[in-house]
Amino acid sequence: MQTNFRELMTALHGLAFGGLLLLAFSGALVALYRICSPGRSAALSAGEGKWMRFYLVAMAVLAWGTVLSGAYIIYPWYRAKPPAGVTDFAEYSRSHLLASPNTAGWHNLGMEWKEHVAWFTPIALTMVAYVFIKYGPRLSQHRQVRNAAFAFTLVAFLAAVIAGTFGALINKNAPVEGGAIIKLTGETK
Amino acid sequence: MNSQRPEGTEIPNGPAAAAIVSAAVGCFCVSAFGWLGDAVPAMASFFNFYNPTGALSGVTTLAILVWLVSWAILSRTWGEKSVAMGRVNVLAYVLLGAGLLLSFPPFGDLLRGK
Repeated sequence: MQTNFRELMTALHGLAFGGLLLLAFSGALVALYRICSPGRSAALSAGEGKWMRFYLVAMAVLAWGTVLSGAYIIYPWYRAKPPAGVTDFAEYSRSHLLASPNTAGWHNLGMEWKEHVAWFTPIALTMVAYVFIKYGPRLSQHRQVRNAAFAFTLVAFLAAVIAGTFGALINKNAPVEGGAIIKLTGETK
Repeated sequence: MNSQRPEGTEIPNGPAAAAIVSAAVGCFCVSAFGWLGDAVPAMASFFNFYNPTGALSGVTTLAILVWLVSWAILSRTWGEKSVAMGRVNVLAYVLLGAGLLLSFPPFGDLLRGK
């Protein structure tokens, strides 16, 4: 079983950072909804508040890790132009997609949308984490601030879903591949 | 940060309002700069801060810069105040919605008359 360096880095970007972030959203949205739901006025306990702050900061870090690794490690490989005369676009994902009208939409719609909207997630989550750190248990005194934090978390989730879904489907149609071969296990037969 | 005030003291909503509006401004700028880069070839060259990443590098770097600078300015302005949070939220939601819409390529193409 083997892989290559670019494939491994793409997995780090999409699965380790992005996948973990998407999983984390379910917990954050449930907790934020509980805090923001109508009629809720009791402050979080000290333990709950501490956990919530840690959780949101971790999500913001994951979100920044996802967009920065995407933009500065994976995207340059994806958009690299093939040298003149090259007709095998296996290592040139963007060119591979644009070469056929059946796949061009994955770039023209999918990548064009994902490369921008993905950045909503770390910006929104950084704001939400800041608000929870700044206000702590006093957030219970600010219903509209809680509502905005919940709304921004929802938008961050939507942006992450768009980016994650298109990322997975684009990589299925034109995988980012190349670099050193990495053997994960030896041949058994 | 929250430990600077004694328990039970109310913190004005200004710092939160500053963070919320500036985050919406940052998100809107990502889409607006992205759209500008697609619509105007000279802007695409201007946004090309790092060649392997292309215009996306400048679009996102500048949007982050606008976000952080606007956050700093609004924090200084609203830091010790309580502001009309309803209006702040409406402004933030409008910017966020406009940013989301503008990030959608078919809508951007429509605005460019493509």
